[in-house]
Amino acid sequence: MLERFARWETALVALLVLVAVVGQIRTGGAFLDGGNLFYLGLDIGEVALIALPLTLVVVSGEIDLSVASVLGLSSAVIGELWDAGWTLEAILPTVIVLGAVCGAVNGLLVTRLGLPSLAVTIGTLALYRGLALVVLGDRAVADFPSSFTDFGTTPVPGTWLPWPILLCAVLAVAFAVILHSSSFGRSVYAIGSNEEGARFSGIRVKRVKLTLFVLTGAMSALAGIVYTFRFSSARADNGVGLELAVVAAVLLGGVSIFGGRGTLGGVLAGVLLLGGLRNVLILDDVSTEILTVVTGLLLLVSVLAPALTARVRTSSTGRRSP
Amino acid sequence: MTPRPAVTTLVLLLSGAVALAGCSGTSKNSAQSNAPAAGSTGAADPNAKIKEGLKITFLPKAVNNPYFTVAQKGSDEAASAIKAELKATGPSEASASSQVTYINTAAQQKQNALVLSANDANAVAPALKTARSQGVKVVTFDSDAAPDARDVFVNQATTQEIATIQVKMIADATGGQGEIAILSATPNATNQNAWIEIMKTELAKPANAGLKLVETAYGNDDDQTSFQKTQGLLQAHPNLKGIISPTTVGVAAAARYLSSSEYKGKVALTGLGTPNQMRDYVKDGTVKSFALWDPSKLGYLAVYAAGALASGQITGAEGEKFKAGDLGDYTLGAKGELVLGPPTEFTASNIDQFNF
Amino acid sequence: MTTVAPSRARRIADLVGRARELGIVVALALVIIPTAFVNPRFVEAQGIRDLLLNASVVAVLAAGQTLVVVTRNVDLSVGSTLGLSAFLTAQTFADHPDTPIVLGLLVGVGVGLVCGVVNGLLVAVGRVPSLVVTLGTLYVFRGVDFALAQGTQINASNLPDELLDLGNGRLFGVPVLVLITLAVVAAAALYLRSYRSGRDLYAIGSNPEAAVLAGIPVPRRVFTAFLLSGAVAGLAGALWVARYGTVDAAAGTGLELQVVAAVVVGGVAIFGGSGTVVGAALGALLLGTIASCLVVLRIPAFWQQAISGALLIGAITVDRLLALRLARELRGRSDHDA
Repeated sequence: MLERFARWETALVALLVLVAVVGQIRTGGAFLDGGNLFYLGLDIGEVALIALPLTLVVVSGEIDLSVASVLGLSSAVIGELWDAGWTLEAILPTVIVLGAVCGAVNGLLVTRLGLPSLAVTIGTLALYRGLALVVLGDRAVADFPSSFTDFGTTPVPGTWLPWPILLCAVLAVAFAVILHSSSFGRSVYAIGSNEEGARFSGIRVKRVKLTLFVLTGAMSALAGIVYTFRFSSARADNGVGLELAVVAAVLLGGVSIFGGRGTLGGVLAGVLLLGGLRNVLILDDVSTEILTVVTGLLLLVSVLAPALTARVRTSSTGRRSP
Repeated sequence: MTPRPAVTTLVLLLSGAVALAGCSGTSKNSAQSNAPAAGSTGAADPNAKIKEGLKITFLPKAVNNPYFTVAQKGSDEAASAIKAELKATGPSEASASSQVTYINTAAQQKQNALVLSANDANAVAPALKTARSQGVKVVTFDSDAAPDARDVFVNQATTQEIATIQVKMIADATGGQGEIAILSATPNATNQNAWIEIMKTELAKPANAGLKLVETAYGNDDDQTSFQKTQGLLQAHPNLKGIISPTTVGVAAAARYLSSSEYKGKVALTGLGTPNQMRDYVKDGTVKSFALWDPSKLGYLAVYAAGALASGQITGAEGEKFKAGDLGDYTLGAKGELVLGPPTEFTASNIDQFNF
Repeated sequence: MTTVAPSRARRIADLVGRARELGIVVALALVIIPTAFVNPRFVEAQGIRDLLLNASVVAVLAAGQTLVVVTRNVDLSVGSTLGLSAFLTAQTFADHPDTPIVLGLLVGVGVGLVCGVVNGLLVAVGRVPSLVVTLGTLYVFRGVDFALAQGTQINASNLPDELLDLGNGRLFGVPVLVLITLAVVAAAALYLRSYRSGRDLYAIGSNPEAAVLAGIPVPRRVFTAFLLSGAVAGLAGALWVARYGTVDAAAGTGLELQVVAAVVVGGVAIFGGSGTVVGAALGALLLGTIASCLVVLRIPAFWQQAISGALLIGAITVDRLLALRLARELRGRSDHDA
C-alpha cells in the first residue's frame, strides 16, 4: 500500500522532470531561467500555503472549500484596517487570528454538530466572501508601503527565490514534521482511515479536526496577506475561485478524498506540477482552452493511474468498491 | 497529547512571527508614497517610421469574453496593417492574479509591446513596471492600470462622456421624471464604478432634478443573477421608471427579462450593450436607445498606439501626435490618455447599420 | 454512521425526509410571508412566476444531482455540462434556424448524455472517487466549451422565436419552463420511489458493500445515475438558452456549488442513502427565494451575499438538529452523536 503511493509520488516527480525538460526545450531555455522561476514561484505561493493545512484536513477525511473566501476576507480586512490608520504590525496578526476564527467556525460546525464539511464550507464560502464585501464593499485599497509590497515583487537577495516561497518552505517543513513524525500526525491518519477506530483507540477526534480547520483558516489568512502585498491591492474579490485550484493540487498530489492516505511531499509536487505545467504552456503560447483541459485530465490521471495499477496488481480479488 | 494548546500555540506563533516581520509601526500616515514617477524616457520622434515585425501581446481581461473577441478582431487588423506579429492570450477568468502571469510571460518573451485591459488597476501595476523596465511598451485599453505603470491608455470615450450619455438616454426614455436604478457588473468592477460615480454627479445637477437614483444592484455579469436582481429592483421599487445597466451582460439580461414581463414598456432600460445583443429588444420596443463604442476600433487604436510607442513615434507625453491608420490622427492627452471618440448611441433607426 | 438495523434506519430516514420537506415548506413560508407583507408585489402573479422561473434551472439540476448523491457520489461537472450543452444547442439553432424545437432540446440532452457517460464510465468502471473525477471533468468540459466557442456569443437575434417563446411562454398561466421542471422532478421522484433500480440507488448509498452482497449491480446503477444527471444537465443547458437568450462559453460557471447547496438544504444526505428529489427541488426554490427576497426587502447590496451564506448554514444546522432530535425520539433513547 505504502509502496503504491510512493509510486504515485515518484510518478509526479517524473512528470515534473518531464515538464521541465520539455518546457526547457520548447521555450528555448526560457523555462529554467531564474527570472521565470521567480515568477513561477510567485504564482504558486498562495496555493502552496493553503495546500499545506488542507492536506491534513483531507487526510483526516474532511474538506474545506471556504479557503479562498477566507483569503478574500483577510485581504478586505487588511484594506479596511489600513485605511482606518492601523499599523501593519498590528493588522497582520489580527488578520491571522481572524482567519483562525473563520476556521474555528467551520470546525465547530463540523465537529460539534456533525455536519458534513462539504456542505458547511460551501455555506461559509458564500458567508466569508459576503463578509469581505460587507467590510470593504466596492473599494480597493492599494497604497501599501513598498517596504511590504517588495516582498511580493523582489526575490530573496542573491537568489531567484521569491519571499513567499521561502516562507512556504519553512512552513512546509513544520507541517511535514507535524503530519509525518508527530503523534498528532499519526492521529490525523488514523481518523482518516477509520474514524470509529480512532475514537475507540482514545484519539480525541473532534479536537484534532477542529485544530486542522483552525490551522487551515489561519494559513488561508496568511495566504491573503501574501496575496494582498504581492499585488499591492486589497479587494473583496481577491482570490475568487482559488479553492478549486487548491483542492485540485491536493488531490493531484495523491491525497485520497476519502482520507487516510497522502503525503505532504506529494502535494507539494502536485502544486509544482500544476504551476509548472501552466507556466510552460503559457510561455509556449498554448491557448487557455488547452490549459483548462489539461488541468482536468491531470486530475483524472491522478486518480485513475493508482486505481488502475492497483486493479492490475490485484486483478482477481476486487474487494474495494468505489 | 493536547491538541487544543497545540493549535493555540501554532496560531500565536504564526501571528507572532508575522508581527515580528516589521520592526517599527507602519501605518497609512507614517508611510510616505515613495513610488517614483516613471517618467517617459527619451524624446519622441514624430517622423519615425513604424517598425516592421514588432512583437505585440494582446491581453484581454479574459479570453472567451465576446466583447474582447470583437476588440481582438480590430487589433488583428491593425497588426497586419503595421506588419506586426500579434499574439492574443490571456486567462479564462477575469482575475488580477491570473493576468499577472501573462504580463510576466510577455516580459520573459521579450515582446516589444503589451496591449492589455487591466482587471485590477493596482494589482497589475508591479508586474507592468517590471515589464517596462525590461523594455516592453505598455498600452492599456478599455480598463486602465495605475497611470505610472503604463505608457498610454486608450480610453473608449471619456468617463464623463460615457456617464453623461447614459444619464441623457434614461432622461429621454423616462421623460426626466421618476425613480431610476442601476444594474452594474460586480461590486469591484473598476470601469463600472468610475462611470457610476460620475452618473451620480450628473444626476445631482438641477437639469436632472426629476430623476432619483434609488438603488445600485450588482448582477455580477451573470445572466441568472442579473435576471434576479432586475426582478428584485422592479418589485422593491414599485415606482421605478428606468434602469441603467452599464455592462453588456447586465443590459442584455435586463432587456430579456423586461421584454417578457408585465413591466415591458412601463419601465425604461438603457445602458451599454452591443447592437447584436440588443437588436431584438430595440425592435420590440423594450429598449429605446443604448450606447457603446466599437470595440474593434478600440483594439485597432490600441495596437497602433503600441506600434507608435515601440517605434519611438510617441513616448506617452501630452501633446504628441501619431496617425492610427484608417482612424486618422490622434493626439495624446494628459497622463498619456488617448480617447477613441464619443460613444455611439444606438436606436431603432440606426441599429441595423452595425454588426458587432 | 448509524448502528440501528437497516429497516428501522430506512423508516427513520423516510420520516426524517418527509419532515425535511415539510420543514422547507415552512421555511419558504417564513421567507415569503413577511416579504409579501412588506411588499405585496412579491406574491403577485408576476412575482410568483419569477420565483418559480428563477429556481427552475437549479431545480432541474438538483433533481439530477439527487440521483447521484443518494448513491454516495457527487457530480461537480454539472455547471460545465450545462455550459457546453447551452452553447452547442444555441449554435445548432443559430446555424439551422429551422430546427424543430424538440430536436434542438434533444441536442442539449444528447450533449449532456455524452458528458454523463464519461463521468459514469470513469466512476463506475474506473472505480475512482466521483468528487475527483467530476472536478476533473468540470475543467475538461469547460475547456472543450471554450475551445468550441472561441470567444463568440450567440444572441437572441440569432435564435428562432419559437425557442425564445419557450423561455417566456405560459400554459394556463404557468410558465412552460416551470412545467418542464415539474415534469423532470416528478419523473426523477417517481424513478427513485417506485422503480426497483431507483430504490437500489438508496441501497448503494446506505451501504455499498451490503448492496453488492444483496446482488445489486452497483457499477451499472451508479453509471445510470451519472448518465441521468448528465442528461438532465444537458436539458438544463437547452432551457438556459431558451430563458436567457444570450449564450457564451461562460454560461453556468460556478453553478455546481449552488446545486450542491440546494441538494443539501433539500435534505439529501451528502453521504448518500437518504433524501428525495422533491426535497432537493424545494431546496433550490428556497435558496432562490431567499436571494430574491433580500433584494425586494432592500437589503444593501453588499450585505446580501453574507446573509445568504449565513442562512444557508442556518438551514443545514437547524435541519441537522431537528433530524437528530427526531431520530432520538424515534429510537426512544439517546445515542451518542455521529
